[in-house]
Amino acid sequence: MAVCIAVIAKENYPLYIRSSPTENELKFHYMVHTSLDVVDEKISAMGKALVDQRELYLGLLYPTEDYKVYGYVTNSKVKFVMVVDSSNTALRDNEIRSMFRKLHNSYTDVMCNPFYNPGDRIQSSRAFDNMVTSMMIQVC
Amino acid sequence: MEGLTLSDAEQKYYSDLFSYCDIESTKKVVVNGRVLELFRAAQLPNDVVLQIMELCGATRLGYFGRSQFYIALKLVAVAQSGFPLRVESINTVKDLPLPRFVASKNEQESRHAASYSSDSENQGSYSGVIPPPPGRGQVKKGSVSHDTVQPRTSADAQEPASPVVSPQQSPPTSPHTWRKHSRHPSGGNSERPLAGPGPFWSPFGEAQSGSSAGDAVWSGHSPPPPQENWVSFADTPPTSTLLTMHPASVQDQTTVRTVASATTAIEIRRQSSSYDDPWKITDEQRQYYVNQFKTIQPDLNGFIPGSAAKEFFTKSKLPILELSHIWELSDFDKDGALTLDEFCAAFHLVVARKNGYDLPEKLPESLMPKLIDLEDSADVGDQPGEVGYSGSPAEAPPSKSPSMPSLNQTWPELNQSSEDTAIVHPVPIRMTPSKIHMQEMELKRTGSDHTNPTSPLLVKPSDLSEENKINSSVKFASGNTVDGYSSSDSFTSDPEQIGSNVTRQRSHSGTSPDNTAPPPPPPRPQPSHSRSSSLDMNRTFTVTTGQQQAGVVAHPPAVPPRPQPSQAPGPAVHRPVDADGLITHTSTSPQQIPEQPNFADFSQFEVFAASNVNEEQDDEAEKHPEVLPAEKASDPANSLRVAKADSKTEEKTAASAPTNVSKGTAPLAPPPKPVRRRLKSEDELRPEVDEHTQKTGVLAAVLASQPSIPRSVGKDKKAIQASIRRNKETNTVLARLNSELQQQLKDVLEERISLEVQLEQLRPFSHL
Repeated sequence: MAVCIAVIAKENYPLYIRSSPTENELKFHYMVHTSLDVVDEKISAMGKALVDQRELYLGLLYPTEDYKVYGYVTNSKVKFVMVVDSSNTALRDNEIRSMFRKLHNSYTDVMCNPFYNPGDRIQSSRAFDNMVTSMMIQVC
Repeated sequence: MEGLTLSDAEQKYYSDLFSYCDIESTKKVVVNGRVLELFRAAQLPNDVVLQIMELCGATRLGYFGRSQFYIALKLVAVAQSGFPLRVESINTVKDLPLPRFVASKNEQESRHAASYSSDSENQGSYSGVIPPPPGRGQVKKGSVSHDTVQPRTSADAQEPASPVVSPQQSPPTSPHTWRKHSRHPSGGNSERPLAGPGPFWSPFGEAQSGSSAGDAVWSGHSPPPPQENWVSFADTPPTSTLLTMHPASVQDQTTVRTVASATTAIEIRRQSSSYDDPWKITDEQRQYYVNQFKTIQPDLNGFIPGSAAKEFFTKSKLPILELSHIWELSDFDKDGALTLDEFCAAFHLVVARKNGYDLPEKLPESLMPKLIDLEDSADVGDQPGEVGYSGSPAEAPPSKSPSMPSLNQTWPELNQSSEDTAIVHPVPIRMTPSKIHMQEMELKRTGSDHTNPTSPLLVKPSDLSEENKINSSVKFASGNTVDGYSSSDSFTSDPEQIGSNVTRQRSHSGTSPDNTAPPPPPPRPQPSHSRSSSLDMNRTFTVTTGQQQAGVVAHPPAVPPRPQPSQAPGPAVHRPVDADGLITHTSTSPQQIPEQPNFADFSQFEVFAASNVNEEQDDEAEKHPEVLPAEKASDPANSLRVAKADSKTEEKTAASAPTNVSKGTAPLAPPPKPVRRRLKSEDELRPEVDEHTQKTGVLAAVLASQPSIPRSVGKDKKAIQASIRRNKETNTVLARLNSELQQQLKDVLEERISLEVQLEQLRPFSHL
């Protein structure tokens, strides 16, 4: 159901970014990039409380005419950004949360792989790719 | 050239080839043509061939002697294995596979080629080393090798003769044997997996030594050096040697590992130890894996940490990408460490990959942890079942999902539940707040009275609101259960729900002023009569305004009616009036004073009435104007005070009564007349006063005393009546004005109350 899914590292460079309609990828890249500002803003807003109290799911970062962008931050400041088509009205908040949860689990699995160097691009994990594909294929 | 040490298999193979090339049967020199053909069949680039020829010394010699030929063949094997062509590599490169040559016309060659390259053909993939059993597992491809196998079948026929070859050991390349292999899972496990790669496994430098050691392992298969059979079946001796190789390699590798070639040994061993059932692990393989595991982690029940495993598998020279895939497949519980089973699975996958097998998408069931050496068929389709089974541990990690799912859930639940409650409660909520609001309005109208009739009203709206809250909470809980949220979540969100419901109520109540705006008209008449306070206020306002205006308006008429009585008491009235300080307008004109008392009060009249009876009128006539104005002045003051507090009405009357009594005035003629009129006007103003029962009683008493009053009234009647008429007119005007103002005041008060209620209800949310 997602149109674009991105994993951004702590230093705000992308670890993994993939769009479902393969054309016009640049547009989604820009959207993800601009959403990082919103993510940082939300993080800092909650920053007074300890990280424990901070919720990982950030919710709707900002809506555009065609798309909605959702955000999620891990405790290690790794950000997941998901762009969803606005025409998907049936997509509820809980579903987005579950998708982020799956993303997070897959990401931790990738990190557990000793052959993965943290900070590298996530291109080696087939399971991660499969999971992302499953989330994006649901659109069409 | 240095001495070339060949293994038995190599020896046999080379001699076979030599004899093949030795058309002329010289036994010493091979024909160059054939050699070249052979080299071409090796599928090596021409420059490599030339290099080989140069290295082996043939160019020097101009011909291929046996040794050169053997060296050349070895170099071909080296080249085909991908190692650089060097003279030293002939002997240093151990565990070299046999050189492969594409099938040519020669049956023998074809046989060799078929035997050696059958799997490669089946796989058609790599020129690399040995493509062992993939073809085996894929019986379909056996048809491909049928043609090539046919020559081998003849060789197969000879196989049984070989002590090495058991029936199960028949050339694995033959499809029927393969099928046999696949169908006999347990029995020939030990040999089967090795049989395939067998043909390619001969060249182990230590094979000979290992073979002897392998004899102990391979009970039935003494590594023969049945060289007589070697020519026919390249398979079996290699098979046997391979069989022997395996344990040998196991031992070798432990020692050789540190050497650079150790990796090749590992590779080769891996090549040998592949699968039949494509992913099955044989006992020997497993034993080898276990041994390797022990080198890293002595405790077989322990874990190999990820870093150690990474180093270990990096030695396999597989690309990191593939290693990472293998890790993903094999680390079943996703804990970053490998148990023995996981390690064996990973090792097996590495071997498979080295042999050219593509990594599966899912972990094969035979490699599942604790499911090794399954007796299931070679069907890989069982994987999903296994995956599903073992999926349960994989589900545990998802539980490690970050953060606080309860928090995450409560949040949307709140939102949704609020929505649900919105859906659930629109009707009931709207109903009650209006009622409550109505009651509130009524309260406001009657509120300041604090009398019994109002108190129940006060109680009722609170009860109603509570009921609403309860209803909403109950409904919300039901909604929650419907939604399937946890009860705890529903509980936690109940207060908010209630709050939201209350807010909704509030909102409704907020909107209800609009709804009840129409109803306000009914209250309008009420202020005139419903509450004593309002009445008092009306009275006071009308009194004050009326006094002001009446004073202004009636000022001219007031002057004439009682210039005498007002003049005398004027200064006297001023003082007490000023002392009151409540009636400012009284200071404006002394003449207003009599109007005020005329306007305001009946209690004075009551006193008057009472005092009239008791006291002389003449004596009090003088005092009367003093008293009256004083009393009347005090009365408006008292009435003003009463306006503020209903409870003070009695005090007022009491205060006024004692003041009147203290003043002890006798009813005067003029005062009685205005009193009468005042009484009438006041009666008009307050037809329905309940709270002022005393005043009504006073009125009644005054009215009763009226007959005694008119006696004193004489000349002033007309003037008084005129002034009275004017006063009445102004009074009515002022009354209307007052009523309108009262209504506006009430509306504003209602809005204020509703806003206050909303504020109070919003306050708990501000804490969130």
